Amino acid sequence: MRRRRNLVIGALLCVLFIAAALVSFVWTPFDVISLDIANKLKTPGGEHWFGTDHFGRDILSMIMVGARTSIAVALVAVGIGMVLGVPLGLFAAASRGTLLDELIMRGNDLIFAFPALLIAILITAVLGPSAVNAIIAIGIFNIPVFARLTRAAALSLWERDYILSARVAGKSKLRISAEHILPNLLNLLIVQGTIQFSLGVLAEAGLSYVGLGAQPPTPSWGRMLAESQTMFSFAPHLAIFPGLAIVFTVLGLNLFGDGLRDYFDPRLRHNRHDETPEAIVNDERVS
Amino acid sequence: MIKKVSTVLVAVAIATLGAVGSAQAARTDITVGMQLEPPNLDPTAGAAAAIDEVVYANVFEGLTRFGADGSVKPALAKSWEISEDGLTYSFKLQSGITFHDGSAFNAEDVRFSLNRSRAEKSTNAQKQLFASIDTIKVADPETVVITLSAPNGALLFNLAWGDAIVMSPDTFDKAKTAPIGTGPFKFSRWVQGDRIELVKNPDYWGTPAKLDKAVFKFISEPTAAYAALMAGDVDAFPVYPAPENLAQFEADARFNVVVGSTEGETILSTNNKQAPFDNKLVRQALAHAINRQEIIDGAMFGYGTPIGTHFAPHHPVYKDFTANSAYDPAKAKALLKEAGFENGFKTTLKLPPPSYARRGGEIIAAQLRQVGIETEISNLEWAQWLEQVFRGKDFGLTIVSHTEPMDIGIYAKPDYYFQYDNKDFQQLMSDLTLETDDAKRAEMLQQAQGIIADDYVNGYLFQLAKTGVANADVVGLWENSPTQANDLTEVYWAK
Repeated sequence: MRRRRNLVIGALLCVLFIAAALVSFVWTPFDVISLDIANKLKTPGGEHWFGTDHFGRDILSMIMVGARTSIAVALVAVGIGMVLGVPLGLFAAASRGTLLDELIMRGNDLIFAFPALLIAILITAVLGPSAVNAIIAIGIFNIPVFARLTRAAALSLWERDYILSARVAGKSKLRISAEHILPNLLNLLIVQGTIQFSLGVLAEAGLSYVGLGAQPPTPSWGRMLAESQTMFSFAPHLAIFPGLAIVFTVLGLNLFGDGLRDYFDPRLRHNRHDETPEAIVNDERVS
Repeated sequence: MIKKVSTVLVAVAIATLGAVGSAQAARTDITVGMQLEPPNLDPTAGAAAAIDEVVYANVFEGLTRFGADGSVKPALAKSWEISEDGLTYSFKLQSGITFHDGSAFNAEDVRFSLNRSRAEKSTNAQKQLFASIDTIKVADPETVVITLSAPNGALLFNLAWGDAIVMSPDTFDKAKTAPIGTGPFKFSRWVQGDRIELVKNPDYWGTPAKLDKAVFKFISEPTAAYAALMAGDVDAFPVYPAPENLAQFEADARFNVVVGSTEGETILSTNNKQAPFDNKLVRQALAHAINRQEIIDGAMFGYGTPIGTHFAPHHPVYKDFTANSAYDPAKAKALLKEAGFENGFKTTLKLPPPSYARRGGEIIAAQLRQVGIETEISNLEWAQWLEQVFRGKDFGLTIVSHTEPMDIGIYAKPDYYFQYDNKDFQQLMSDLTLETDDAKRAEMLQQAQGIIADDYVNGYLFQLAKTGVANADVVGLWENSPTQANDLTEVYWAK
């Protein structure tokens, strides 16, 4: 029951986050691009619910548009990870023990060995800071996560009887992977995708905090934090609201991901509910 | 037993009193915060302002020097005579000067240093300072005679720059890491990435420094600078990087906030060779699209003086040209239409790290959008900025503060990064160098200010304010910044 509650809370927070982003396409309380310096650093309340920043921009509006930036970057980055990582994992599992398997998995280990942010900084330093390059950087790092998860889970599926019968029926490995393995992996991938999505939101905030994410005037939560830190002592609302936005979004996505996992896989509710699917898969890999 | 205890108590009490007594004596050390660490410590081998900010007047001295008010004062030269024709300067040097390594200083060192700085292969960042010098002769160990190829009214001013300091031929090659000068402070050590320590030079030829020790601590992050001042880890931050915090320091009795002037003309540098900025109408439109006061309020929290040309407003010959480029978006639009950009255009705005550029850039981008000019902002680190903008000239617009004193001469260099090429202006500048009459020089300087203002070479924004924060008990720091320096010679603690 407790887990069910987490799923609901997580889902609500996610809906709020996505709704804020979607609504911002058609309406925000104020324009976030034009500045209104005469109205700078207004405290929360009245016309501006979350106050205004050092350029007089409405913070609520900026957070709404910032949610868009976060979603766009995280979604595309997770998309890149899935589109490239999942097939790699399927290939590796289908050709278990061969050179191809080794190449794919050791290549993934190589990417995995670098700290995520370091790779991101490297890429944006070479290609120049922009939202697109942040997407590429975070996306590349998502590839091995999905490749490993897919391979490990697919390996155990390959042992099943129905796969054996499919092979006896003469289906190719590629076809089996696509028709039988992948559909059975979907819930695992959705759960992992949700968690990677929350990490993507964090990574986007981190990159734009150090100036490597979306460039001004596109609002971004991380840059809002960075720009407000010298003003924290006299205008804390500049940092508090984007900070809370990041916290609640990441919390919501994590709760939602956890809840989804339990929903999809009731077995986990009792024995291993403190671990992420990735950890479980890794355990299986070791054993 | 009781007696013994009381004796101990008395001893402890005396010791405590002694400690309290000494704590109340004025401090003789200071920690000065700086945002950027110098790349090396040789002011004749680099353009970085941070070099001068550590060593100028503290470690190294030249024949003349700048005072706190920007006036040119005697330094190693105690007096000088100028010939009738203005071509020969003979400098009488102070006697009894030694370098920090104990070796004696004489006229030969002056000749060596200046010749080295003006040599063809010299890497001096301001070689033009020495351009009018023909020969440097040593008349006797305490007299140097400089002969000019043409009269130069600014020679004494030029020799006061940090780029014209005097070093010994024996130690000049080590100046980058272990500078040996003649100043009131000796270099002690450099902890890379953290701080540089200077100690008092007991054998100084002039009025000795009042401090025994000075530490320059490098704190690049404005938030960390704020914390360091609040915690007392640094005693002074002569160029405090976050103007938004000044009101708090002002309200705090422990601190003294001094707002002075600098030589920093902050401009919206425009690539005069890149389309569409090669069209004067476009540049004029740009100038009228900019609301200076909004930039000063929004980016600098009100600190800064609007300028209409590339000249410091506190300078006596400054002429106010701000009306020439007054904020008038309707006029800007009309000018763009006349230039054939009725629907505006797109350009790049490359911004270096300081907050005047990053914040000012966002404000300018918003202002330009009002007249139809879209800018693509990219925030660059200094190294990238120098590479792409300053050397590569690959930019449409950028914002930077030109902090050298009297640097209007950069408009006479057609290959300078904003690429302004005007033969009349170049002629005027070379005439100016030859002119020694002060009234005529003033007139020519005003004419020069007018030419670049009328050509709308760059967007002239504001004169950077020197916003310094210091412990309220520190006395003697410069209020203004006539040159890039933190002169600690006369600094002391009131209590």
